[in-house]
Amino acid sequence: MPKTLAEKVYDAHVVRSTEGEPDLLYIDLHLVHEVTSPQAFDGLRAAGRTVRRPDLTMTTEDHNVPTLDILKPIADPISRAQVDALRRNTAEFGLRTAPMGDRDQGIVHVIGPQLGLTQPGMTIVCGDSHTSTHGAFGALAFGIGTSEVEHVLATQTLPQYRAKQMSVTVDGELPPGVSAKDVILAVIAEIGTGGGQGHVIEYRGSAIRALSMEARMTICNMSIEAGAKAGLIAPDQTTFDYLAGRPHAPQGADWDAAVAYWSTLTTDEDAVFDREVVLDAASLAPFVTWGTNPGQGLPLSASVPDPAQIADEGDRRAAEQALAYMGLTAGTPLSEIAVDTVFVGSCTNGRIEDLRVVAEAVRGRKVADSTRLLVVPGSVQVKAQAEAEGLDRVFTDAGAEWRGAGCSMCLGMNPDQLKPGERSASTSNRNFQGRQGKGGRTHLVSPAVAAATALTGKLTAPAALEKTGV
Amino acid sequence: MDAFTTHTGTAVPLRRTNVDTDQIIPAEYLKRITRTGFEDGLFVAWRTNEPDFVLNLPQFAGASILVAGPDFGTGSSREHAVWALMDGGFRVVISSRFADIFRNNSTKAGLLTVLLPQEEVEALWKAIEEDPSLAVTVDLENNSVRYAATTVPFSIDAYTRWRLLEGLDDVGLTERHLGDIEAFEAARPSWLPRTLPAPAR
Repeated sequence: MPKTLAEKVYDAHVVRSTEGEPDLLYIDLHLVHEVTSPQAFDGLRAAGRTVRRPDLTMTTEDHNVPTLDILKPIADPISRAQVDALRRNTAEFGLRTAPMGDRDQGIVHVIGPQLGLTQPGMTIVCGDSHTSTHGAFGALAFGIGTSEVEHVLATQTLPQYRAKQMSVTVDGELPPGVSAKDVILAVIAEIGTGGGQGHVIEYRGSAIRALSMEARMTICNMSIEAGAKAGLIAPDQTTFDYLAGRPHAPQGADWDAAVAYWSTLTTDEDAVFDREVVLDAASLAPFVTWGTNPGQGLPLSASVPDPAQIADEGDRRAAEQALAYMGLTAGTPLSEIAVDTVFVGSCTNGRIEDLRVVAEAVRGRKVADSTRLLVVPGSVQVKAQAEAEGLDRVFTDAGAEWRGAGCSMCLGMNPDQLKPGERSASTSNRNFQGRQGKGGRTHLVSPAVAAATALTGKLTAPAALEKTGV
Repeated sequence: MDAFTTHTGTAVPLRRTNVDTDQIIPAEYLKRITRTGFEDGLFVAWRTNEPDFVLNLPQFAGASILVAGPDFGTGSSREHAVWALMDGGFRVVISSRFADIFRNNSTKAGLLTVLLPQEEVEALWKAIEEDPSLAVTVDLENNSVRYAATTVPFSIDAYTRWRLLEGLDDVGLTERHLGDIEAFEAARPSWLPRTLPAPAR
């Protein structure tokens, strides 16, 4: 029977399947961070259990870590206690960890691929919804809650039901200035935050095939914002080239065996998807969110929508509440919205290619006086690479702040937060109320739009920047 | 986890769509390393900033059934959202669509999520707004929600229902299949990555 890519990966990991019960699925890699794990380790201790496969478990510190003074103890005692709890747990249970200051430390979804731990055909979980990022390699990767973290620690498996299958096909060529982030924001605006609910999304088509691994990670990362369980992309030569030579990638004869297997990981020609969505790459434009959920987005050339024009009562009410929270008036051109802060970073857009795009745009220019540009690399290695390329100097010369690695202002669990009423253009993934700080207002954008916005002080498309000559 | 069989209580209408887990409990409350005590973070921004937010209204105080708009629990995988609802006195959430991870987490902690068609949610909203003291019964043994003269059936997969009725812990159930796990592990390709030992530098 023909199968989709996601079905092939799922089927290869079924430990046990019995009518009337969920399947038991084997987990190849469990990523752990400090926020969603302490209660899981407590559960193990209370039941006298151990970690079944420390060698399939990787831990790091990312959500709470400050991006300044990273070699000093964390000032916030509650954040420090949470990080200390992870350190005690990894020592007690014999787990590999990359603490603050370690060269492998960083956002958990940045370090997995960087170390070569993320490989095609694997099942990967983490107590973090953006685990879908790893789907870029053709892995089945999804976020779990703390009870499931405990379950995976104890058994290296999870009870699972088969998800429905959705394809999102993007064919054609993306216009200049339009990136992976714009593609995924457009997908979410099209299908809504619940559009992918119960489904695994496979991204396909020539525009997807043309993307780099890092751009593919940006797309898969935000599958959760479309409500999907996971998102993935079939592995190809781009994937293999990215993996070759990484610390945990197979070598020699193992590499050949792995590539032979990985090459089988494509959706069969007559496999059936439960839902299919098609987008024309050439029709896409720089995208920005105007509201408080990631589905409330529009091309940057549009204006703030009028809730009165929205037919569905629930959507209308949500739009009214969003505009009130965001302090926006219907009909205002999105490109006239001034921002206080531009945040470049996160598991969505905190990798080296993202930083290069921003650096190229701000090179030799100055961040607008009214705006602050915060650049936070996704990992220590991304930071080192950027500094080796001189990008840090480009940022600081332009008046930007260059910080240490972590989740930072994506969710403001560390000191990097918006103040009440402050507005950001952010390369992160969520524009929820208060996400970047109490009362903060977030517009989700691509790195290219973030850079242009930092220079003009208001939401700006990369092409508009060339015209104004800022 | 505690078993769930049937629950009767009052209900609160949350007429909002896309209630994300950052609204249910903001990130700053996730720094705790305990599994209880999250009620202070429950909907804290809305409770603080909106005097007429439904959970601030005295007529809905003490409600144990939350009746929410579609796409409840979107966003972060934080199980703390489930714990905060339970610490805040809720045993049941009713909606026409839940985010997958939230719903999955709820079944692990013993919070019952009931999926009803949107028109049934609307009818229930109307009934509890007219009479906030209305007793609502959510009966997992008979798969029904009952209030006044109304009975609405709901469906839930049989396995999850059984686990909730019995209050069973998943890890213990999985450990019965240790032999299957060992057999699977023995057949895994040797080239799959291992985090330990850490590669030499």
